[in-house]
Amino acid sequence: MLAGKTALVTGASRGIGRAIALRLAEAGANVVVNYAGSEAAAAETVAKVKELGREAIMIRANVANAEEVNEMFKEALERFGTIDILVNNAGITRDNLLMRMKEEEWDEVIATNLKGVFNCLKAATRPMMKQRSGKIINITSVVGVLGNPGQANYVAAKAGVIGLTKTAARELASRGITVNAVAPGFIDTDMTATLPEDVKASMLGQIPLGRLGQADDIAGVVLFLASDAANYMTGQTLHVDGGMYM
Amino acid sequence: MADTLERVKKIIVDRLGVEESKVTLEASFKEDLGADSLDVVELVMELEDEFDMEISDEDAEKITTVGEVVAYIESHK
Repeated sequence: MLAGKTALVTGASRGIGRAIALRLAEAGANVVVNYAGSEAAAAETVAKVKELGREAIMIRANVANAEEVNEMFKEALERFGTIDILVNNAGITRDNLLMRMKEEEWDEVIATNLKGVFNCLKAATRPMMKQRSGKIINITSVVGVLGNPGQANYVAAKAGVIGLTKTAARELASRGITVNAVAPGFIDTDMTATLPEDVKASMLGQIPLGRLGQADDIAGVVLFLASDAANYMTGQTLHVDGGMYM
Repeated sequence: MADTLERVKKIIVDRLGVEESKVTLEASFKEDLGADSLDVVELVMELEDEFDMEISDEDAEKITTVGEVVAYIESHK
């Protein structure tokens, strides 16, 4: 399905990002595994992609830093020649109640989760415009639509990503580039593992399908958006949350 | 200069699909050659490759006519 294509996945060392990298590789894509800190985990993702018979390289870059992002794209293009698929997945949380949230907590989350998407979009646009094609998939969140106490920074960033997705989709449509978003609900990853049990229990109560999502539930929808099956879709947000948001 | 103009002309004709006779030094990309903002960004990208140079975003924003592009390339070679 994606044979000969190159995908760059940010935050691909663990969790949803790793699942996406592996699913795209399974479908035939070579993968650039971006990571910020977890070097050993990123190496593991690369090894798993190679086991699937595809090429993979890992590149360390903090997506919040435009210079590092530009260097990453340069290196990826030197190695693979094109970037056909970009998945903006890298994200962090710094949860706190609005009243207690520190300025740094706000800034860090906006820098990684929102500006990081902008930095990567900008860098990917040039090679994609040249080849007159490209698939960009931004990972947002159900809370970007519903709101969530204790996550003002994260929610603002994720809602911002939805608006950014629509604008990029409109700007780039005439060049054959589609930009869509996937909004996961509560997914069983390191990010949600630290939540207290009572919070998890109350979350489960809000999920019609009655279970936490798995990273692979998200990866399957990302694969769809990255494939030719989704050629006529752009600017959309697909909700993959067990029915939390309808 | 003449050579630069010819190479620039060719890229503009290919990219914008306009008659070569319309691509004069005075021609404005947006007003005379029907380019939108994205077309101009793409033209700049192609010119960078063609002439193996970098045109900063700040400079690119100031370029509005064919003559200005040619002059820019000449002075930055």
